[in-house]
Amino acid sequence: MSEQKTVRFIITRQDTADSAPYNEEFEIAYRPNMNVISALMEIRRNPVNAKGEKTTPITWDMNCLEEVCGACSMNINGKPRQSCTALVDQLEQPIRLAPMSTFPVTRDLQVDRSRMFDSLKRVKAWVPIDGTYDLGPGPRMPERKRQWAYELSKCMTCGVCLEACPNVNSKSNFIGPQPLSQVRLFNAHPTGAMNRDERLETIMGDGGLANCGNSQNCVQSCPKGIPLTTSIAALNREATMQSFRSFFGSDHAVD
Amino acid sequence: MADNREFFYRRLHSLLGVIPVGLFMTQHLVVNHFATKGEEEFNQAAGFMASLPFVYVLEALIIFLPLLFHAIYGLYIAFTAKNNVGRYSYFRNWMFMLQRWSGVITLVFVAWHVWETRVQAALGAEVNFQMMENILDNPFMLAFYIVGVLAAIFHFANGLWSFCVSWGIAVSPRSQQIVTYATLFVFVALSIIGLRAIFAFV
Ligand code: SF4
Ligand code: FES
Repeated sequence: MSEQKTVRFIITRQDTADSAPYNEEFEIAYRPNMNVISALMEIRRNPVNAKGEKTTPITWDMNCLEEVCGACSMNINGKPRQSCTALVDQLEQPIRLAPMSTFPVTRDLQVDRSRMFDSLKRVKAWVPIDGTYDLGPGPRMPERKRQWAYELSKCMTCGVCLEACPNVNSKSNFIGPQPLSQVRLFNAHPTGAMNRDERLETIMGDGGLANCGNSQNCVQSCPKGIPLTTSIAALNREATMQSFRSFFGSDHAVD
Repeated sequence: MADNREFFYRRLHSLLGVIPVGLFMTQHLVVNHFATKGEEEFNQAAGFMASLPFVYVLEALIIFLPLLFHAIYGLYIAFTAKNNVGRYSYFRNWMFMLQRWSGVITLVFVAWHVWETRVQAALGAEVNFQMMENILDNPFMLAFYIVGVLAAIFHFANGLWSFCVSWGIAVSPRSQQIVTYATLFVFVALSIIGLRAIFAFV
């Protein structure tokens, strides 16, 4: 135990959005209870690689540091997860860090997750309450339904489910599981349901719901345990009904 | 793809795979199974199918047009996936990949099979027990037929599962699990029927 313990990292780096990626190795002193982010901070403090050469500090994204914001997601030993909760003690060494491949790299481990926020805008993942006058209180939501919906609302737009999905890639326009489950959340809300048909029609467009091929990797990978495949199957049922309603005409567009 | 047609195409693809293509395949396997009863019985059963009224219309509407759409659109779907069972070796992800592989194998097999039987029939050959016996005499062809038939049955059985999920029939995890078992049963049952029919010719 007298010998100084170290932690080895192999990090995929990239200097600009369109330059070629390369690997750089680092070796830093071990401290108990380290996580990947504290190790990255250590490297930032003294940016010297394993060969002893001075290098640039590594760029990555982070915010909450407690697995609720989703910003720090990256591939750690090949699997996408949050680096703030990836404990060094539980990882096989050398620890390989790489940016998620589904998103454009901004620099090093930092990726641009805009496509997910754009999807949320596309599907109107909110409850519209604005009017030119006070609309008064909305309909009440049963408590047990609220508890159920809370689970869906835990999504932190981290992108792990998109990274895991074989149908989300550069050859396809699939929006992925994350915005779909949000459609189910907002369609379940008593006020949100007033725009149910609009959201359904949107995800029945190109690159939408029907592109799911049911590999079900998403539900196995979501760090928040969101029942993504149940959401997708439930939306499939809704979309079936919606397609009948819009083809034949219906008095029940939103109820 | 034209604007916002994808949902329609995907659902049509899913539907046609089961009705009529999957149902036709099941019926075809059952008719073939008459071969286990002997040459006479098989020729009679096959002859009955060939003598159905409006057989060209039936063939076109129930077999060739739906099959063609399902095959072409299916290829497009298969080649837009980026398989990752190396990283995610979950059961459903394997099924996802095997569904695409078996689809491509089935397409190659069916194209060859149609050429060897239906097209030859149109050119004057008679499709009967004798013909199949001659084809399956070749051990390479026998292996090709076994792989092709099993791929087609797998593709149908697993496709039945996807159909149930894609149309929102099986929503909850438990119901999807039950459908997995049911389609596994379909796979085993049809495989027994298909293989028994093949081996009746050798
Ligand atoms: S659904 Fe889960 S894996 Fe996907 S973005 Fe949300 S939290 Fe991340
Ligand atoms: S920093 Fe927010 S999830 Fe890791």
